[in-house]
Amino acid sequence: MITDLPTPPGGSELLRTRALTKHFKMGGVFSRSHLHAVDGIDLVIGENEIVAVVGESGSGKSTLARLIAMVYKPTSGEILHRGSPISALRSRRKILDYRGRVPMVFQDPYGSLSPVYRVSHGLMRSLKLHRTDLSDRGRRQEAEYLLESVGLTPPADFLAKYPYELSGGQRQRIGFAQALACRPELILADEPVSMLDVSVRIGVLNLMSSLRRRERISFLYITHDIASARYVADRIVVMYAGQIAETGPVEDVLAHPKHPYTQLLLSAVPDPRAPVSVPASAEVQEPPRVIDPQAGCRFRDRCPFAIDECSRVTPRLRLLRPDHEAACHVAASDMEGGEQVSGALLN
Amino acid sequence: MIQAQPETVLSVEELCVDYVTDRGPVRAVDRVSLEVARGEFLGIVGESGCGKSTLLFAIARLLSPPAEITSGAVRFNGRDMVAMRDEELRHLRWREYSVVMQSAMNALNPVMTIGAQLKDVIHAHDHMGAREIGERSREVLRLVGIDPVHLRSYPHQLSGGMRQRAMIAMALVFTPELVIMDEPTSALDVVAQRSLMVQIKQLQRKIGFAAIFVTHDMSLVSHFSDRLAVMYAGQVVEIGDTRRLFAEPKHPYTAGLMGSFPSITGPIEPLVGIGGAPPDLAHPPAGCRFHPRCPRVMPRCSVDNPDFYNQEKDLVRCFLYDGRAAGAERVSQLDH
Repeated sequence: MITDLPTPPGGSELLRTRALTKHFKMGGVFSRSHLHAVDGIDLVIGENEIVAVVGESGSGKSTLARLIAMVYKPTSGEILHRGSPISALRSRRKILDYRGRVPMVFQDPYGSLSPVYRVSHGLMRSLKLHRTDLSDRGRRQEAEYLLESVGLTPPADFLAKYPYELSGGQRQRIGFAQALACRPELILADEPVSMLDVSVRIGVLNLMSSLRRRERISFLYITHDIASARYVADRIVVMYAGQIAETGPVEDVLAHPKHPYTQLLLSAVPDPRAPVSVPASAEVQEPPRVIDPQAGCRFRDRCPFAIDECSRVTPRLRLLRPDHEAACHVAASDMEGGEQVSGALLN
Repeated sequence: MIQAQPETVLSVEELCVDYVTDRGPVRAVDRVSLEVARGEFLGIVGESGCGKSTLLFAIARLLSPPAEITSGAVRFNGRDMVAMRDEELRHLRWREYSVVMQSAMNALNPVMTIGAQLKDVIHAHDHMGAREIGERSREVLRLVGIDPVHLRSYPHQLSGGMRQRAMIAMALVFTPELVIMDEPTSALDVVAQRSLMVQIKQLQRKIGFAAIFVTHDMSLVSHFSDRLAVMYAGQVVEIGDTRRLFAEPKHPYTAGLMGSFPSITGPIEPLVGIGGAPPDLAHPPAGCRFHPRCPRVMPRCSVDNPDFYNQEKDLVRCFLYDGRAAGAERVSQLDH
């Protein structure tokens, strides 16, 4: 069975997923096939921690965030918030409270703000809903404080603006301010910078780092950009086809990638600082859509190291370095010698 | 302005493009000059709204109202395309230069097979028999690494990477001298993006076409382009050898862009990016368009519009490199 992950370093556990799974039904009324978007994810997010989830499109990383945000109901598995399952939250009040503690910031700052309302509208609504302790005046002051804390000054000016008057970076900061309005513990940031211009991206990443430092907020940072994950995150989770391929402290995973998929991703990152080298072959395959999968590693068709076992047994995450796990038969046997491979077979 | 190279395929001279709006014209491309040599890979980088796509459309003569070329010339093999009529352009398009659009999903017809779309292109620009068309289609698909069975596939049956490859195959049907590409990889994942870039480079070496590659991600072209033009607010601010540009960016904007990318190797250093946001082109700032965001701004920057200054073989639009400004050279030396 699934072993429980250890408590994250540096803080106590804030949120944990246990074998979290989401399957989507495919096709027409009589179709029985299912898309396995998220399959058996075990994840721990600690207090005051930034965890990055990286993967290609279709790897299930956004579905994971939406499951945690209670947008989708899991097919199976559990999400534990401070030890208690969120599926047990029944009253509207408790669900609202959870959503306030774990808000989401969206990818598209152009689509996530209503164009017909001023900035103050969205912020005040959040405050009215989640901060019932405040008076009208208190809310106004709080809204100004929030805008200041995301770097939009003078705040009074920004409150009166419409979204069309703001740049992409400023809009995304409004998104963070709205998330902050409910006094969050964990912000689910789904590709928050991918639609921004390169010169302003780094500012939003820096904002995440400073919110963690100042307000002790944790982040689940969903991205396809490994370099930005390295820049802000403590731990990294590499997802492939709905499963975790590799996870661990970000520096350790990038310096010693164990899973061939992580290695492939790293080799594909354009890095101007790297020496000039154009590889001879163009790798052409793309990640699979996982519809009613059989046993076996989902990466095996693209994997240069695939062995016979990879098509028969689904690899489980195994500890290969301190705090650093990968789900790969080959990496595991490299690590521990031939005997252990047969040990993995028994699992 | 730029020294003419012997084998120049394309030269753009002082090109200006305006968008005509109710509130008066908005200049999206402002006095852009550049040259592309035979077989050269020129990258054009810039943020959204800097005019890079408008420039590319102007070069390909694909602009439609309210955008129009107001001055300047685009010489393709010596002939000015700005002055050409549509009928004349039709003979050049696809055969001598072709364009690969940003989003293959929007550029390909969803209700026609890849084969039928290739046939369309060939029909419009050449007289070939059905058998010849079939052969040529299979040939170009194989060239970009797609199995010719996909001639009978519809775009939705192909993955994102394959659709972009199919677009490139269409662009190469007549082996043109120049292929103009507008962010062809932006909808792809890193792995697919990398493999498409490698393939474009391989095709370019094999066939020998010159390429103009527009992107917002300068690290993407860092290993593929020969020269790089950096655009800001409608102007080219720096143009030069790609490796030199990455090793020692001269324009403060280029330097700022370079400082906006975290790396996956080396120590993690706090990055600052560039403060502020690109200007609204309807109301560009006076003087140098970058001066409100520039960390090295000088008093004259807010008054005068800088010209291009020669830096060895490269060009920089910044007063720091104005030879007349005493000490400017020395200041820049100290920085490195």
